[in-house]
Amino acid sequence: MMPPLLRLQDGSFCYRDKDIFSGLNLTMNRGEVLCVLGGNGCGKTTLLKCLNGSLRLRMGHVYLKGKYIHSMSSVEIARRMGFVFQEHSPPFPFSVIEVVQMGRAPHLHLFASPSHRDRAIAEKVLEMVGMLHLRKKPYTQISGGERQLVLIARTLAQEPEVILLDEPTSHLDFKNQTLVLRMVNKLAQNGLGVLMTSHLPDHALLFSSRVALMKNGRFLSVGRPEEVMTEESLKETYGIQVNLATVIDPGNGKALKLVIPAREPVEVPEAH
Amino acid sequence: MSLSKKKLLILMISPICFFLISLFLGRYAIPPLTVIQVLIAKIIPTPHTWPKTVEAIIINVRIPRALLAMVIGAGLSVSGASFQGIFSNPLVSPDILGVSAAAGFGAALAILFSQSGLVTQMSAFGFGILGVTITYLISRVYRTTPTLMLVLAGVIIAALFGALTSATKYLADPDAKLPAITFWLMGSLASSSWKDVLRACPPIGAGMAGLLMLRWRINLLSMGDEEARSLGVRTEALKGSIIICCTLVTAAAVCVSGVIGWIGLIVPHIARMLVGPNHKVLLPASMAAGACYLLLIDDIARTATATEIPLGIITAVVGAPFFAYLLRKTKGGWK
Repeated sequence: MMPPLLRLQDGSFCYRDKDIFSGLNLTMNRGEVLCVLGGNGCGKTTLLKCLNGSLRLRMGHVYLKGKYIHSMSSVEIARRMGFVFQEHSPPFPFSVIEVVQMGRAPHLHLFASPSHRDRAIAEKVLEMVGMLHLRKKPYTQISGGERQLVLIARTLAQEPEVILLDEPTSHLDFKNQTLVLRMVNKLAQNGLGVLMTSHLPDHALLFSSRVALMKNGRFLSVGRPEEVMTEESLKETYGIQVNLATVIDPGNGKALKLVIPAREPVEVPEAH
Repeated sequence: MSLSKKKLLILMISPICFFLISLFLGRYAIPPLTVIQVLIAKIIPTPHTWPKTVEAIIINVRIPRALLAMVIGAGLSVSGASFQGIFSNPLVSPDILGVSAAAGFGAALAILFSQSGLVTQMSAFGFGILGVTITYLISRVYRTTPTLMLVLAGVIIAALFGALTSATKYLADPDAKLPAITFWLMGSLASSSWKDVLRACPPIGAGMAGLLMLRWRINLLSMGDEEARSLGVRTEALKGSIIICCTLVTAAAVCVSGVIGWIGLIVPHIARMLVGPNHKVLLPASMAAGACYLLLIDDIARTATATEIPLGIITAVVGAPFFAYLLRKTKGGWK
């Protein structure tokens, strides 16, 4: 049997003596969108950094296609796994195509710079995310949503099999959130494994095939969103009362769950 | 040919033009035709119709001085552009890690105890490297060198060596040594010889070659350490190599010319306005622009008034208003 694309086994991490997370288990396969849900500061970002090998787990192991991640060089990892960071403001107004070509770095010799072939690949992935028309624009002058799609294109230029996205929709408006999440789904349909973090439960219900609910550095449950995301488990994850509503998606006639937060405070015992 | 390629070509040719023009300029008036004749006579034997002094001035004074100005201008500018890239900050100059302050102290110390130009140069070079090494060691935490730590450690080292230089000046004999130290610290190419050219070129050339080879990767570092790492870059090794190259260039430049500020800060901005921020093009463009810029400044230094004006003064007088203009134009955003 093929090993899973990405596997986290009994992962724990702490800064100094502060536990960030412990005892986490996770597997991800091709074609999956796995969404890690949880409030701010629950350890989602640290988890992603451990998964791509930039931080070392205190205990446990990360395997990429069955291979122990710390036995791989940073170039080997970068050829298989891309990382889309939370939005940042770059210091120099590189053009969009220059930014996307940076994704070719793991395939280039130390002293080389991108060739015509690398430029062609960059243009292809830009077209795929629908941003080719911006290729000559300064990266600093495009909108937040466009920038997020350009960063996704840059990770695609790495030609990875796994993409990790850290809060890809934070700071984006409603339309751009949708565009980015649609793109995330499309990547999974193309056979990539996608792992993203979010603090919005609807993102998991609408756009992911599996979800991990995270609270205080632990997974409460991992599984298919419609099975795992119940009023109880969400209440525990977020510490507030929520209601799940089932609606019919007018787009395809299928039943769909959505999360509605309680508008009046309800006493919830703090879960541990 | 695209517009950007044309610009780059013009930039690459202009140092040669500036170099030839510089040979015509000088306090000792030599008719332009004679300059050309002297130059031709070096290649094709022709009858000498000019005094020996004229030839000596052109061959042994003007040419090495112009060459040195070009090499140092190019070196400081390319280091400035590289540092601005790896620190993701356009306000950084090549002496951010304390190389100039430390080299200045090395020179002052040597002048205090010795007469020899060679000893002064060696001491400046050695202390320059030492200063940056200490900065690097201070900033190294958790096996990484965060940018902010590097900059702050650089401030500490610059302050420390600045104080030591003051102490040296305080102890120096005010009639002979003190003026020598002061002049050295203001930067000058007045006493340039072929020996200086031969001493400065190997380290500056080696450093520049290293930077040029790694130049595309500076783009990756400018996006931040974490992002660069996710693209498979070994950030610590790359950053370290670039710091070594820049330090080699800057220390070698400072040790023959004294402290010349502002060039490494301003020229990369000019180059960025001309060719854009991609370091693949920006570094060669900065080199060419820097060579022209320091030649021009040095031509002013040696011809504007009856006595030489120290270079550091002109670069600041020209540079500060220009930087103010840039600041106003970009409204501090540099975008």
